[in-house]
Amino acid sequence: MDTGLSSFVKKLPLITLPIHNIQEISRDTFIISFERTKEFLPGQVVALTLNESIPPRLYSICSSPDEFSITLLFSVKEGGILTPQLASLQKGDTVRVSGPFGAFLGDENPAWWIASGTGVAPYRSMMRSGLGVNKMLIHGGRTADSFYFHNEFLTAFGDNYVRCCSQEKGEGLYDGRLTQWLRNQSSLPAGNMYYLCGSAEMVVEVRDILISKGVGIEMIMSEIYF
Amino acid sequence: MEKTPLFGKSADELKEIVLQMGLPAFNGRQLTEWLYKKHARTFEEMTNLSKKTRSLLEERFTVGLTNFSNVQTSSDGTKKYLYPTSNQRFIEAAYIPDDDRATLCVSSQVGCKMGCLFCMTGKQGFQSQLSAGEIVNQISSLPERDQLSNIVYMGMGEPFDNLEEVMKSLQILTSEWGYAMSPRRITVSTIGMIPAMKHFIEHSECHLAVSMHTPFHEERKKLMPVENVYPIAEVVDVLRKFDWGKQRRISFEYIMFKGINDSPRHAKEIARLLGGMRCRINLIRFHPIPDTPLESSSEATIQEFREALLLKDLRTTVRASRGQDIFAACGLLSTKELVKMQTSDF
Repeated sequence: MDTGLSSFVKKLPLITLPIHNIQEISRDTFIISFERTKEFLPGQVVALTLNESIPPRLYSICSSPDEFSITLLFSVKEGGILTPQLASLQKGDTVRVSGPFGAFLGDENPAWWIASGTGVAPYRSMMRSGLGVNKMLIHGGRTADSFYFHNEFLTAFGDNYVRCCSQEKGEGLYDGRLTQWLRNQSSLPAGNMYYLCGSAEMVVEVRDILISKGVGIEMIMSEIYF
Repeated sequence: MEKTPLFGKSADELKEIVLQMGLPAFNGRQLTEWLYKKHARTFEEMTNLSKKTRSLLEERFTVGLTNFSNVQTSSDGTKKYLYPTSNQRFIEAAYIPDDDRATLCVSSQVGCKMGCLFCMTGKQGFQSQLSAGEIVNQISSLPERDQLSNIVYMGMGEPFDNLEEVMKSLQILTSEWGYAMSPRRITVSTIGMIPAMKHFIEHSECHLAVSMHTPFHEERKKLMPVENVYPIAEVVDVLRKFDWGKQRRISFEYIMFKGINDSPRHAKEIARLLGGMRCRINLIRFHPIPDTPLESSSEATIQEFREALLLKDLRTTVRASRGQDIFAACGLLSTKELVKMQTSDF
């Protein structure tokens, strides 16, 4: 029995694309852009890898469908295989990428967008696509520099943009974890959708909090970074 | 320097190890036999290796087998074993004896990152991957090892999120040099990670079980976030493209949730989705976990649902509930035992 992963990666429908731009926007967190070869919907993901020896990972697109490039947001995972190598790439190097797919899609109805870390990526795509009306963005991060795209979000959402910082204090930051902020809310808007995006730990804990506060499971949409 | 465990290495890897140590190739075959046929737990037991060879191995390697640290026994004979892992976490393996068979449900990851709404394991988040050795250890270190007739990868974790180690563990279990089990005695369960599932279908002959839990896209998204990226309709499309032969089995797991997925509309849609496919549907009673809004469907509803599917020519069974008094199916034991080494920072 051949268990080799290289044949697995080789068969995936990935294409090779040169990098248009790669930039460290915060400590150990990067945006990477390459040509948009297909249409996509805000909230969708692509699978990305470097070569046949590394299984691809899924990344939410953080750019809008109107832009010429697709942009992804990623953090370097300590001990990881893919992200440390990705972070060392330069403009003109190539990546292997799938077409966009996925059903974590935004719409114009009122909603809370909840994210931890790089889980904010799909909301930027949705916001840039005009879906930011009637939305509240709650973003959790460890340090003050982990609120990626905060200038854009501040401009778009104003007071409806909450940054929950668990390890540092700072102007405009809520001092504590995202889950603590949610628990402290005396009531949650009825009829809103709640979008959750980020680590499994965050999604599971936030989902439990929302349910305990009376939000129906049909109102909660989750996207986990598998 | 930390010693490397040998248990979980393939026959080729063991041969390579002994050659690199300047030992003859047949020592690799002997090691393989001691690990997987004779179930040796120490190098001392490997008496057809010279004392010098054993001593050399001892310097650099461990055998790599780990005893269980806790066991709970149900009134129905089901036992839930807790095994410590290399990073101070815990995994569960459920031993389920029946009249003419005995099944072991093994874990493939410590925790899980799939976040299914109804799953206790998901509540501890993802801790780490298991190595092939840690997966097969659940079988090798089981007191009832020699009574086992079936193995199901339905414990903690999503097997296809740990594809390489799961495939390697299957190789150990089914190879002539390993446990030489028939692949027809092994079932791997997935929530439907399509690329890895395809690889498994092409490179293994073991049975496949797919967790469906509702045939409707929007509903499944709420129960199982994986539906966002790998919809059940696409999973079924992929499965239809493969030749499953006469012996290999696909089954669909379907936990029955009161008022969520147990209506005639659901049965009708399942029949439409799976129409003409040679498969089996396993209806499963839901055993509530802490803080869940979900409840199990009533016995009458489950039986009506089964009848509705049978009328559509779909082979449908209701899985017997086992080990309810020890929460055999839900990851509760390991979650209780989990020592939280890290604090979440979101």
